[in-house]
Amino acid sequence: MSTAQSSVTPSTGKLVIAWALVGVPLAYGVYETLTRVAALFG
Amino acid sequence: MGWLDRERTIAPPGFNRWLVPPAALAVHLCIGQAYATSVYKTALVKHFGASLTEVGVIFSIAIVMLGLSAAIMGTWVDKNGPRKAMFTSAAFWASGFLIGSLGIFSHQLWLVYLGYGVVGGIGLGIGYISPVSTLIKWFPDRPGLATGMAIMGFGGGALIASPVSTALLKMYDPNSGATGWVASGESVGKLFLTLAVVYLAYMMFGAFTIKVPAEGWKPAGFDPAKVRAAALVTTDNVSAKNAVKTRQFWLVWIALFCNVTAGIGILEQAAPMIQDFFRQPDGTSLASAAVAAGFVGLLSIGNMSGRFAWSATSDVTGRKRIYMVFLGVGALLYTVLALAGSTTTVLYVALAFVIISFYGGGFATAPAYLRDLFGTFQVGAIHGRLLTAWSAAGVAGPLIVNAFLDAQGKPGALNAASYQPALLTMVGLLVIGFVANLLVSPVDARFHEPRPGGVRSEEPALEA
Repeated sequence: MSTAQSSVTPSTGKLVIAWALVGVPLAYGVYETLTRVAALFG
Repeated sequence: MGWLDRERTIAPPGFNRWLVPPAALAVHLCIGQAYATSVYKTALVKHFGASLTEVGVIFSIAIVMLGLSAAIMGTWVDKNGPRKAMFTSAAFWASGFLIGSLGIFSHQLWLVYLGYGVVGGIGLGIGYISPVSTLIKWFPDRPGLATGMAIMGFGGGALIASPVSTALLKMYDPNSGATGWVASGESVGKLFLTLAVVYLAYMMFGAFTIKVPAEGWKPAGFDPAKVRAAALVTTDNVSAKNAVKTRQFWLVWIALFCNVTAGIGILEQAAPMIQDFFRQPDGTSLASAAVAAGFVGLLSIGNMSGRFAWSATSDVTGRKRIYMVFLGVGALLYTVLALAGSTTTVLYVALAFVIISFYGGGFATAPAYLRDLFGTFQVGAIHGRLLTAWSAAGVAGPLIVNAFLDAQGKPGALNAASYQPALLTMVGLLVIGFVANLLVSPVDARFHEPRPGGVRSEEPALEA
């Protein structure tokens, strides 16, 4: 049985929330680390 | 608990597969805290009146338990599905922090070993492998990209945990800001309690977001014929029990072990190493403590970004070729680092950054490599068994580096030349890994699971 997925839109809001929940902390962590890295080039 | 069963997590028609990577990331970002233990290491040394080694054992136990639980529980994870696995991982990881905090508040170091080390370590192992096989099934067209995204989270978790933990320790300790301040044990205990609650909530989000694809699902426009075209990519399946009987499994194990051992060699010593490399004849170093801290941060970024970038690239180049780059180019870069790394800081930092990106890339590409060789049937369980290479490297890497450095002199008196024997040993290891990877060939058909209607005559013996 093969059921190819067609385009999906109803979950766009859920998708944004899910990615924000992991993306925002990750971006914060990268930003904080980069401020420390700046000492290397300062 | 039926609501955790695999059958209850089958995606309905129209489910967006791009919801799966953030679910996987939610788990990996939490367990990635394991790389941020240095934040409170000194505080625990002072609190327990223990040595650095005694406190370091907490992390070592956790990494050994990670490898063991991933190897032992891999088949259970594949059978029960990602939701139950993530839920279990969250329970163990949060309990590890709770028991650890009890140990801190009651001044019982053994309770921290048991809590963070053993219980938390089990959570690490189950959590690490929990989304891997599901991601590979959702992204048959880009397995490297999918697993790279999740495993990148393990590298990224420390980037978040480190500044957040520092801020919380300052908040919980009334003496923060004093000259020569070291966080109190009580503040570390409170930090553990906080992390337990936050990580439990985040991992539950992952557990209740993840879904497995329905039987026979494939992404729109995906042509399985393209997968068949690649020489090392099988469309057959090998069970975990049979995979460990194949030469290919152990060749990949050796390649991963060599790659991780070499990477840990730099990661473990990162801060003192850059200062030693640029030590002047009068004993001072051109690299200050702030520069060394910046260097450690840069390596964390290299580790994290390498996991995503190299794993995603492997979808285009193939897994064997990308491992040839990790190990072959890695050996070359390590040689330059050993012989000319002290020439300029720019060269040193650039070399170390690329080498560490290869270290991360090796981890993230491994599940897709296993998928190519053994199919999707029990890839999570096979991956779990492969992670024993990580545990072994976690012991071997620091042992090699520390043994060579101990023979060269005392910390603070070392220079670039002191590191050459250790670094050149890592070059030798990388060459061994390169040869092992070169020898990887398709798995013999006698190890394949029977196809529907087909029969395999006998249990395959260990491959010669």
